[in-house]
Amino acid sequence: MPDFLLEIGTEEIPARMIQDASQELHKRLEDLLNKNALSCNEVKRAETPRRLTLIASGIPTTQPDEQEQLIGPATKVAYKDGQPTPAAHAFAKKAGVDVSKLQTVTTPKGEYLTATVTNKGKPAAQVLAELLPKEIASIYWPKNMYWRAGKPERFVRPVRWIVALLDGEIIPLEFGGIKAGKQSRGHRILGPQQVSIAAPSQYVATMQGAHVTALSADREYKIRKALDAATRTVPGARWREDADLLKTVVNLTEWPSAILGNFDKQYLSLPEEVLVTVMRDHQKYFAVEDAEHKLAPHFLAVLNTDGDPDGLIRHGNERVLRARFNDARFFWDTDQKISLEQRVKMLSAVTFQKDLGSYYDKTGRVQKLATDIALALGKAEFDVRGEMVADAARLSKTDLTTELVKEFTELQGIIGGLYARAQGLPQPVADAIYDQYKPESTEDAAPRTLEGAVLSIADKADSIAGMFALGLVPSGSKDPFALRRQANGIVKTIVEHKLTLNLAQIMADARSGYQASEAEKKFTLSGEAYVQAIRGFFRERLEFYLRDVLGLAYDVVNATLAAGADDVVDAVARALAVAKVRPSADFESISVAFKRMKNILRQAEEAKKKIAAPFNPAALTDEEEKKLAAAVPQIAKSVKELSASGQYEPALIEISRLRPTVDAFFDKVMVMVEDENLRAQRLGLLQTLVNEFSSIADFSEIVTEKK
Amino acid sequence: MPTAPTYQELILSLQKFWAQQGCVLQQPYDIEVGAGTMAPETFLRVLGPKPYKVAYVQPSRRPADGRYGDNPNRLYKHMQLQVILKPPPENVQELYLESLKAIGIDLRKHDIKFEEDNWEAPTLAAWGVGWQVMLDGLEITQFTYFQQCGGIDLDPICAELTYGLERIAAFLQDVDSIYDIVWARDPQTGREVKYRDVRYQDELQLSVYNFEKADVEKTWKHLEMYEGESQALINQFNALMADKNASPAEKERFPLLAAYELCLKCSHLFNLLDARGAISVTERVGVIARIRQLAVGLAKAYVAQQNVGVELAKQQKGGAA
Repeated sequence: MPDFLLEIGTEEIPARMIQDASQELHKRLEDLLNKNALSCNEVKRAETPRRLTLIASGIPTTQPDEQEQLIGPATKVAYKDGQPTPAAHAFAKKAGVDVSKLQTVTTPKGEYLTATVTNKGKPAAQVLAELLPKEIASIYWPKNMYWRAGKPERFVRPVRWIVALLDGEIIPLEFGGIKAGKQSRGHRILGPQQVSIAAPSQYVATMQGAHVTALSADREYKIRKALDAATRTVPGARWREDADLLKTVVNLTEWPSAILGNFDKQYLSLPEEVLVTVMRDHQKYFAVEDAEHKLAPHFLAVLNTDGDPDGLIRHGNERVLRARFNDARFFWDTDQKISLEQRVKMLSAVTFQKDLGSYYDKTGRVQKLATDIALALGKAEFDVRGEMVADAARLSKTDLTTELVKEFTELQGIIGGLYARAQGLPQPVADAIYDQYKPESTEDAAPRTLEGAVLSIADKADSIAGMFALGLVPSGSKDPFALRRQANGIVKTIVEHKLTLNLAQIMADARSGYQASEAEKKFTLSGEAYVQAIRGFFRERLEFYLRDVLGLAYDVVNATLAAGADDVVDAVARALAVAKVRPSADFESISVAFKRMKNILRQAEEAKKKIAAPFNPAALTDEEEKKLAAAVPQIAKSVKELSASGQYEPALIEISRLRPTVDAFFDKVMVMVEDENLRAQRLGLLQTLVNEFSSIADFSEIVTEKK
Repeated sequence: MPTAPTYQELILSLQKFWAQQGCVLQQPYDIEVGAGTMAPETFLRVLGPKPYKVAYVQPSRRPADGRYGDNPNRLYKHMQLQVILKPPPENVQELYLESLKAIGIDLRKHDIKFEEDNWEAPTLAAWGVGWQVMLDGLEITQFTYFQQCGGIDLDPICAELTYGLERIAAFLQDVDSIYDIVWARDPQTGREVKYRDVRYQDELQLSVYNFEKADVEKTWKHLEMYEGESQALINQFNALMADKNASPAEKERFPLLAAYELCLKCSHLFNLLDARGAISVTERVGVIARIRQLAVGLAKAYVAQQNVGVELAKQQKGGAA
């Protein structure tokens, strides 16, 4: 069975898009082959900035023939006096068989003529030529373009060549006005312009000969080796791992190598954060550290060529980095001429959001909100220095007016923290400013200090409140202001610092920060609608945290959050406890029982049956229900005590102890009896049970295997 | 190693190269612009179906980037060599690499990468996708496939190559400061004229003006006057187009190009006010929207006027036959 090769040759694809697109194309080909009875042994993919390649091995040459049973006219119409009518002839002609070969089949609607026909499978080459162009056109790109006149198609960048082969044969497919052939292209500078691919199996080796390492994994290996080798020229030095940067350079090169360059030691007096950002984000260089893990005056650049024999490339890169570092130092020195305190007023010229006003306005709100949060925490005996929080909040956005942040926006906050330290502000203030944007992702740590945590929460809550009030609520893939990420940050910070804060309260306070402002005139969401939208949004964020960060099962999460979601720390503690006891047989059984109780109560309510509240234990008749009624207040008392001190796991074990009593109740006692009074009492007992034991989690949400 | 080209030799080489590719060599536009894209040779020529190839040096003024001549890498006014290829030839990237050879860069000895960099100009309602071209870690060119301009989808699209001339010259001459670039070398005496000699005064004094002296109130007034006149012309043109009795010749001679020049004035004055720190948050958003409205209105009007021209030419041909 032959192999298949597809190479789409393009102008340089953005590094960040290559891997996703390659994976998608891979999946599209696999699906296409499977759907069209052309399943193969394996589809491999390769990708560089200038090509997306698929190699499918062992493809059937043609689709298998298919037998198809055609149903024709009803027998009574097809034959008259035992002779075929024109209807029968027409059907035979359509099926391509002689009338005498027609058979009959009995269906529920009666007897019909039938014919079995063989559909010839199409050659694989034909199927691929017909169907692949549509798959290529359907690849998702975060940003794409037109290039041909008349705008017939979009793609990430212009397609310049296509190779499509079934073993040695060209598959005549066409995309973007390019007809597929055998000719690929080598590395822009090192390789031959044209390189002929003899067969799919030789693709990787042939491209290697044309100075293109087609497989990303091979390029990564090559880059690692090259970085190691270049670093070895400095005794004791090591290059700093950076997974994202490594991915980027893998996707920026076809024939990678690396060089080590140097910079003047004098620049090491600049903060490491600034130096590393310049190297990584602006120049895509790896940082080098010495044996003590301190930044060393070297850098590593990954090249898309085979070396630098004359040292010209190293010299050029050193020159660029020197200019960048000079800029950074110039900005650093210039920025020091105006203190952060003096910069507060300058914030009125910096837009926060077009309808929410300036960062000066935001600063006022955040300072108030942060102070309130600090106060609330202080009452709960957290050792948070309120005046430090207020100072940090007031200065938190001032670095947006500095040259350094204008140049390196990704360092906002960090620069503010560094300047605060340089200007002699107290360490807690500097640290809080430094950490205000943390955590920036689920992997990132929360702010280190309580003051930082409070500032971070207040800043994010203010943004979320304002955007929601404007009606800019994230939906689906639309979240232009990254509000989900910010809310995730709030949740994570609260959990990691174990802050006893009420989310609903914080968001209500954040909303009142906008009271009587210009911004408020533009608000579209207020009152209960705002509260509901915020509640739903944070509930989702909390679900995300419990499921995706803590890895809890979705039913555990649902059960826990059904019992309350405003106190994040408490919800997390309850969820962890539920997850722990969940595997036990008693708990499973209790969950089944709760589901049953809820069903019974729901049905009773729907049927407008009376439910005694409170129920009267003396009115109960059977032994099993009396036992249950006696057990409930006892266990409820100890559950309440344990819960009050946060001991949710023992509390849940207490509840599980109800199992034999509950099981016996359901075995022996019929709830929905004719006697109206007795029924009301029994329903009342169940209602009490559900009410008393649903404060940790709603057990009926637990998914159980047995019914 | 041969001596690196002087600044003016660099410009001459690039111009010669693109002239050989069939480009019209235009001269710098004589109104302040922030980038070569804003010169009508790009902004207006990319609209409509007519093929066009042009190259020109464009001094580009960005008041906020001024550094009083102190910063070795930053300028109030830098120079771009702008190339527009409409439609872009299939080998446009290869042509670009050829142009680097033409200015003495041996690609075999350097590291060249095309890194994603998409371009967007909100005040022009224009955007495109493309790359920054990196040579040994230095961004030397912005390479953009224009997709939209003045709010109008382009068909055909065009390729825009913007060479950063000072950067390339500093790279070729291996100097750390723009001001040390050799601008010209007298072939007879070998005497050198540096970038500093030619431009330093300009950088210093215009920085002082932009940051300290520009009269805010008057600048606002200028901005409003230019805006008013530009908008009035656009309105007149639109009225003319709606007038069934207006002759095609009347439409064709209508001075939209003047309205565009007035719009450019607005854009520069806005940048000046911005550098002067005279624009508040709310004003900023508003003024950008106003200039954008002028640019979009002009682009639309320009396309309409071009169509009048095409119609007129057809009629005349028909009349002659």
